[in-house]
Amino acid sequence: MNFRIFKDKLIANAMLILSISSVSFVFLIGIGLYLRAAPLFEEHTLFSLFSGSNWAPSKNQFGFYPFIMGTLSVTLIAIVVALPLCLLTAIYLAEYAKSGVRKVMLPLMNILAGIPPVIYGVWGIFFVVPIVREYVAPQFTEYSSGYTVFTGGVVLAVMIFPILVSIVSEVLSTIPKELKDASLSLGATKWETIKKVVLKRALPGIVAATVLAVSRAFGETIAVLMVCGNVPVAPSSVFDGGYPLPALIANNFGEMMSIPLYDSALMFAALLLFVIIFLFNLISRIILNRIEHKYSA
Amino acid sequence: MGIKKRKTEETIVKILMISACVIVGSSLFLIVGTIVVKGIPYLTWDMVSKAPQGGFYIGKEGGVLNAIIGSLYVAGGATVLGLIISIPISVYLNIYLKSGSLLSKSAKLAYDVLFGIPSIVYGAFAFSIMIWLGVRASLLGGVIAVTLLIIPILVRTLDEVIATVPRELKHAALSLGATRWETAKVILRQIKPGIYTAVLLSFGRGVGDVASVLFTAGFSDNIPIYIDEPAATLPLAIFFQLSSPIPEVQGRAYASALILTLIILVIVIVSHFLATKHKHKL
Repeated sequence: MNFRIFKDKLIANAMLILSISSVSFVFLIGIGLYLRAAPLFEEHTLFSLFSGSNWAPSKNQFGFYPFIMGTLSVTLIAIVVALPLCLLTAIYLAEYAKSGVRKVMLPLMNILAGIPPVIYGVWGIFFVVPIVREYVAPQFTEYSSGYTVFTGGVVLAVMIFPILVSIVSEVLSTIPKELKDASLSLGATKWETIKKVVLKRALPGIVAATVLAVSRAFGETIAVLMVCGNVPVAPSSVFDGGYPLPALIANNFGEMMSIPLYDSALMFAALLLFVIIFLFNLISRIILNRIEHKYSA
Repeated sequence: MGIKKRKTEETIVKILMISACVIVGSSLFLIVGTIVVKGIPYLTWDMVSKAPQGGFYIGKEGGVLNAIIGSLYVAGGATVLGLIISIPISVYLNIYLKSGSLLSKSAKLAYDVLFGIPSIVYGAFAFSIMIWLGVRASLLGGVIAVTLLIIPILVRTLDEVIATVPRELKHAALSLGATRWETAKVILRQIKPGIYTAVLLSFGRGVGDVASVLFTAGFSDNIPIYIDEPAATLPLAIFFQLSSPIPEVQGRAYASALILTLIILVIVIVSHFLATKHKHKL
């Protein structure tokens, strides 16, 4: 009897230590990356790192501006493309579609979420790049290779479909039926009810889902690297090539050891991604948890 | 606004919604279709049964068996290691702790956040650990990086699965005098299919991810035998072959992409059926 209780307590303590250490892992990543990036701060100010546009590691020039702009532009394009499509889809699934459609679409989204980034990249090269080169870009500029921030944004948009559709339709399903019924019985059409009642109520959840999708797009590496040209200059139009931060890390890891401060600069890029995505995720998860809690309580 | 106008608006929006739904839904078929069409002509038995032979990268004999095996080893090792770590964590958070406790709440939030951290950050972090420990790019390094990547997936999935077990079961076991650990064993037996789903999900993620293994697993034409040898992985093999200017090598990249897609599709579909079966049972 005593032994059983002893065993229970022993296991409890072991699991407590495991749980606490795994939670502190979040901070460990931040600290670890910071320590590796720290040498960079001795010679460069944070301001010069963010605003500098020259990237020449061998000359000790580390300007992140082009890469930050590259990341921001692909992410922005991805959201602009994906958000309207996914909102409409999620509304349709939650409010209009028969359960059969939902039963097909949601598993489809799960499969889409499971497709590896490199496959998205291959698809981007064979499907999106030629379309951008032949049909889309010529409408706006004289020549484009097809490997542009626009292409990267489109591929990213498809990659964030699943996260947007599944979270937004979940959020919509938490809206109380009474609210909708009240609006419908006052004579509003279904769309008017959605526009003025449902979406208003679901707004925090939709914002949270969008922020999650943004942070997903922010950190995506290989798929974007394969289709957006990797030109270390801040893109001046959406049909220019760009060079997002994650691609910078992935492309240069092999050679960084031979040049002083190069590895610190790449670790700084990783730290930057980590901090931004950490904050974005934290905020949106807290919002989503609150919604879920309100609903279940 | 007149009723007619309002009705028209309703119709227009509905048409927009249906078209959005079709676009979003068909994207999966577009992707898989592109990969299949591109890959099928180059898919040969040699591709999946042979490692690269001499001159492979200039278009001579061989296949990507090294990368297939490497990916399975990396993902398999990471899944096993991840399970050993994450099962106790989710048992502790859900069965030992009270559901409203600060630790359980903050731990779950931490895992939600870790889930969103991109794999390139895990790769970079694992790489720093490896430098610190003096481990070079190898199977071991890849396993470490992918384990970090999949632990949040495992914990979150197990969490959801444990939440589906009726609370009465836990109470019944405890009231019969079972210790919490004995109760945990009862519940774990209940959620076995859910554990399989979690395993498949994280295995699939491990097989498909590139950014985490890019600097940690290395690359090699040999099938790895020991854990300290560099190992090729399938996504990385696709990436490398695709950047070759030689048409034969590029063709192999398409075939490799098809192989990877098929592996992932099988994993995702099987896990979907396991998950729905589990739900029906409860």
